[in-house]
Amino acid sequence: MNAKSLPYILILPVTVFLGVFFIYPFILVSQQAFQSGAGVGLSNFENVFSHWKFPISLKNTLYLAAAVVPLQLGLALLMAVLVTKMQRGRDLVIYIWTIPLGISDLAAGIIWLVIFDQSGFLNSIMQSVGAIDRPINLLSYQSPGLVFLAIALAEIWRATAIILVILVAGIGLIPKEYYEAAEVFGANGWQRFLRVTLPLLRPSLSTALVLRVILAFEVFAVVQALGGTLFPVLMSETFKYQFELLDSGGAAALALVVLAISITATVAITRILRVPKGATL
Amino acid sequence: MNLKLKVAALASGLAVSFTAMSAQADVLFWSTQAKPVEETQAMRDQVLSGSSIVVDYQPNDGGPWITRLQAELQAGTGTIGVLGALHGEFSAMNPKDLVDLSDLGIQSASSKFNDLAKLGTDGMKYIPWMQASYIMAANKKALPYLPKGANIDALTYDQLIDWAGNIKTATGEAKFGFPAGPKGLKHRFFQGYLYPSYTNGVVRSFASDAAVTAWEKMRELWAVTNPASTNFSFLQEQLLNGDAWIAFDHTSRLAGAFNERPDDFVAFPAPAGPTGRGFMPVLAGVAIPRTAPDIAAAKAVVKHMLDPNTQIATLRATNFFPVVEVTMPNDLPPAVQAAGGALAKMSASPDANPGLLPSGLGDQGGAFNQVFVDSFERIVLGGQDIRAVLDDEKGRLAAIMIASGAPCWAPDAPSKGACPVE
Repeated sequence: MNAKSLPYILILPVTVFLGVFFIYPFILVSQQAFQSGAGVGLSNFENVFSHWKFPISLKNTLYLAAAVVPLQLGLALLMAVLVTKMQRGRDLVIYIWTIPLGISDLAAGIIWLVIFDQSGFLNSIMQSVGAIDRPINLLSYQSPGLVFLAIALAEIWRATAIILVILVAGIGLIPKEYYEAAEVFGANGWQRFLRVTLPLLRPSLSTALVLRVILAFEVFAVVQALGGTLFPVLMSETFKYQFELLDSGGAAALALVVLAISITATVAITRILRVPKGATL
Repeated sequence: MNLKLKVAALASGLAVSFTAMSAQADVLFWSTQAKPVEETQAMRDQVLSGSSIVVDYQPNDGGPWITRLQAELQAGTGTIGVLGALHGEFSAMNPKDLVDLSDLGIQSASSKFNDLAKLGTDGMKYIPWMQASYIMAANKKALPYLPKGANIDALTYDQLIDWAGNIKTATGEAKFGFPAGPKGLKHRFFQGYLYPSYTNGVVRSFASDAAVTAWEKMRELWAVTNPASTNFSFLQEQLLNGDAWIAFDHTSRLAGAFNERPDDFVAFPAPAGPTGRGFMPVLAGVAIPRTAPDIAAAKAVVKHMLDPNTQIATLRATNFFPVVEVTMPNDLPPAVQAAGGALAKMSASPDANPGLLPSGLGDQGGAFNQVFVDSFERIVLGGQDIRAVLDDEKGRLAAIMIASGAPCWAPDAPSKGACPVE
């Protein structure tokens, strides 16, 4: 086989797969977003943007991502450093920490619903220690802050491991020599983390952040389970347009909005965490 | 190819063709009804086992249901034999995609239902299958708190509010349960109960002064409603666990409470307002998509569903009532007896103001419901000004009516062309 054509042949299956299951549907959705009964135009976007819930769901989505992702990043960094320092039982700990990843996000939402529900674990614990007289409704429209907190907690519990596994792999790639050299110059643990680990972790950080941020903008099942209609996000609005209002054009328009936000975030993250040309590990 | 391989190939080929054959012999019944596992099982074991044709009953949520159906219709070929869905779900489809069932010679006992089933065409596009409605239910513990002089079978909205208020004062907890959850049927309460009872209309009177009064009453009712109602979708659960002592919901969503603890609960008619006791039916139908693989077999299944014995079996399985004349047996489940009694009292009450299902909305049905859900979320949950919200949502409603061209339905006065929002 020709060595020149081999790489192209090898990526062909993936290209075909992406073409059929991603690019083609994407083109269809884009067409739908700009098409309406009257013809081609922006009327779907106008409809979606003028709905009273759009600003709320946009705000909720962005706030949730802004609250959850930095916390997850910090936690994942801490966990990754801890794990790499371990001499024994490292794999076991990683397995346990990544269990939430293996659970579907709807199931994760339901697990946390069982905790926060009016007849849930949290209420029964508080009642049994005498903190409250009768079960209180935590996830109600009267306490939007608590709903937000519950969703944020569930998201942190569920998806921190995505960042963790990428960072653990990234830290494993950093050559020991850098740390040895840093030690020779008298750098303490904190300095080694700031000056060696973090800069050399840039590529992994960027990958992890891009993945996590995109997922944060697509958050749906956890929110649906815990917040229902109390906490509208962009994806739940998309679902509503498609399945309740049977308005595929509106759903497609919202999907493109999510895409635009995701692309903006991806470009920003890769820009900020760019590894200068020529710099290697 | 050696012999072994040949035999294996032959065997697998045969296996594939056998599965294909058996798959073709089964009629796939694709339904949005009887989704809870027990109901699905009862549909399979008690309702469809009596059919001469093997039926594969598969219920699903409205979204996946319409998605698969539309995929098959667009492809021009399909595996779905029979459709089971609500009137609203059928009316959102293109009537041309449904096989005309007029030649079956079967229909429901209600001419109103038969007219709805034509979906604006000349032929029967679906056959009415089963019906239900929305009623009230209460825990017997709530009865001592009934306001003085109130008759539970002829309550007014004011008395209901007082009643729930008495309970709140006495127990410290709001015990009225309202299906305002994500899957709750709150919009039907506004369309079929609150609006007809206060404005004698739904569309024409959407933003009238009477509607402002109706929403003020809704706010009063909400003040004595369990605030967790925004998570309630099937009130039988809250009746059973005590979070709600009084509840409004679909008969089949209350049935679990009556069947589990028949002596603890009572069923009674919906309350009345200044313009009568508004209430509305729920109608489900069976239809055949034009892509059905075996239309003759599918028609046989449809016929089976309308048989009086099947209708009674369906009633036991789903708590939806028959649409044809049947002689009711004496051993019906407690939920059926309770709901049947409440429904009879509701329709026989002197101030009854029965509404019809929204019809002619086509694929705007979801958007129509959303107007009422949005109004509720803005006025009652969000505390926005009633007049301002109604004036804003009015434009949306008018656009929906014009886009669908749906004429008015009862209790709105009839219209020529699209029903106007006044």
